[in-house]
Amino acid sequence: MSISKTAAALAAALVLGFGGAALAADKVPAGPGLGKEAPADLVAKWSISILPDGTGLPAGKGDSRAGATIYVRTCLGCHGTNGSGGTGGRLTGGIGSLTSDNPIKTVNSYWPYATTIFDYIRRAMPITAPQSLTDDEVYALVAYILSVDGIVKITDPLDKDTLPKIQMPNRNGFVSFWPAAPKGF
Amino acid sequence: MDSDTKRLRRVAAELDEPVAANGLLHRRAFLRGGIAFTGFAAAAVTAHDAAAQAAAATGEKLSARTLMTQAVMGGPFTAYGQPARYERDAVREFTVNQLTPGTGSSRTPHHVLEGMITPSGLHFQRNHNGVPDIEPNQHQLLIHGLVKRPLTFTLDSLSRYPMESHIRFVECAGNNGGFNAAEPRQADVQAMHGLLSSSEWTGVRLAVLLDEAGVDPKGKWILAEGGDGASMSRSVPIEKCMDDAVIALYQNGERIRPEQGYPMRLLLPGFEGNMNVKWLHRIQVTPTPTFTKDETSKYTELMPNGKARQFMFQQPVNSFITKPSYQINLQGPGYYEISGLAWSGAGKIAKVEISADEGKSWAQAALVDPVLPMAVTRFRLPWKWSGQPLTLVSRATDEKKNVQPTRSQWLKLYAPNQGYKFNGITAWAADGTGQIRHVYI
Ligand code: HEC
Repeated sequence: MSISKTAAALAAALVLGFGGAALAADKVPAGPGLGKEAPADLVAKWSISILPDGTGLPAGKGDSRAGATIYVRTCLGCHGTNGSGGTGGRLTGGIGSLTSDNPIKTVNSYWPYATTIFDYIRRAMPITAPQSLTDDEVYALVAYILSVDGIVKITDPLDKDTLPKIQMPNRNGFVSFWPAAPKGF
Repeated sequence: MDSDTKRLRRVAAELDEPVAANGLLHRRAFLRGGIAFTGFAAAAVTAHDAAAQAAAATGEKLSARTLMTQAVMGGPFTAYGQPARYERDAVREFTVNQLTPGTGSSRTPHHVLEGMITPSGLHFQRNHNGVPDIEPNQHQLLIHGLVKRPLTFTLDSLSRYPMESHIRFVECAGNNGGFNAAEPRQADVQAMHGLLSSSEWTGVRLAVLLDEAGVDPKGKWILAEGGDGASMSRSVPIEKCMDDAVIALYQNGERIRPEQGYPMRLLLPGFEGNMNVKWLHRIQVTPTPTFTKDETSKYTELMPNGKARQFMFQQPVNSFITKPSYQINLQGPGYYEISGLAWSGAGKIAKVEISADEGKSWAQAALVDPVLPMAVTRFRLPWKWSGQPLTLVSRATDEKKNVQPTRSQWLKLYAPNQGYKFNGITAWAADGTGQIRHVYI
């Protein structure tokens, strides 16, 4: 009994539940088994995702003052003074605006987890030179962006232990619609 | 007049009776050879024959009376065919940000296309850091995380797995987002609905590869990551991965285009476009969603109470009319075919209705075969326009009985400026001259 058969049955049940995809899982064909065992160092090198509990965060640290210097040099051109906005979008401010007539979604007003900021900046920013920052620089930039709205203190360094503990202002702002819409929707 | 002709005339007369207000005809009116078209065709053929016989008697060179292009040698073979050079309107539309020229989107010109397949070169794009140039022999797909055996696959090895082909749409969650504007935007179907495309995708069922790696029972999600400059990444529930998810290697018969994820992309039928990760190079089986930037900051739907819907993956039932539409105006009173596209992330389209009086009366459109799940379906309806001003709207229902809401019903669900997953009914108004404008009803 393969795992996929159990999961496929489960999926079929879930799919019915949320009025979803009609394509029932027909029998999964057996493959020729041509996958090569992945070398541990390749897995380690490519594992760049960070989970909300901090799994995947690297060693290193950085604080807001260091972050401000890097920000002015590498980010300000597209994201504005103190993250106030530019062609790359606004990163700061807007806290408390989500119920207003003009909701402002920024990293600080909207994102539920600080781990996502680290994950995203490290993999994708600056957009003209992705993956060019060191882990210390990424920690510093996260600290800087958060400090603009007082979510961390200017003097607090972030590292793999402190970063996942940050309580983002909109931590409880999301309602999961998987596997089905919650009651009342 | 023989009895067959009489019968046909009678059927034609019946079919010429509108089934809904303002000239909407029965969906089979054209198909049964009804209406005036039959008579017109016969007369044209006779006139042509007579002219041909007269010319044959004069003894002039054949080229004197045929087409210019028939009297010269044609062009040489081409290695890869291109559209006719006159088809300059059938192109993708996009705006360029000087600092980040590859980031943003380009749109499919549905207003000038027909059928149910989008030509590969016109498939919409939403790129988060341009199109990478990936050497296929260097590309590997890594599957790791909560699995018994972390594995890598090359394009060559994947090409030896059993293949499946499916015609499926891919639609950006932000498609149709312009309908939340306070005033109706005067823009064509491409601008309003162009982040939707449809292809035949061929590849390997993801469940086969996950089975080979051996998913741990604690693995409830995967993280799929692209090999582009954004390392674009999304979480997908394991149930979808074990159901109909495909690692697509081919699009419309050829290797996937670079803009669509060459050499491989994830295809999640019916799910929002962003999750169909292009340039796929890594799949990590995880216990929870990863909460990436594109499933928190973007592609979540803010509601009026300040909370946001998250992981609402399925694209809702939707439709739009392409003929007529903004810039595709009517050329005077007479017969027309109203045509457009309908689709749903929940399955097959069951029905498309058209109204020419703002929803007071409806006529059912013909659905063009094949009608497939999570694929666009072409609909058509014969129409006799008398020349009076009116408003045309379409309304699709899928096989799960989901129906498009009105625009105002949809707006009530979300916060101001929320533009993802719009599927409200949309409307085109014709004035007395046949000019089409976008209106809200
Ligand atoms: C050349 C312009 C440019 C530069 C420089 C740049 N960014 Fe960006 N940034 C962008 C664009 C464009 C996006 C949107 C990307 C997308 O479409 O996915 C973005 C998105 C972001 C986001 C996500 C915003 C959101 O709300 O979703 C963050 C965070 C971010 N950038 C941080 C940074 C940081 C930190 C730096 C400096 C290290 C930086 N950026 C440098 C252009 C830039």
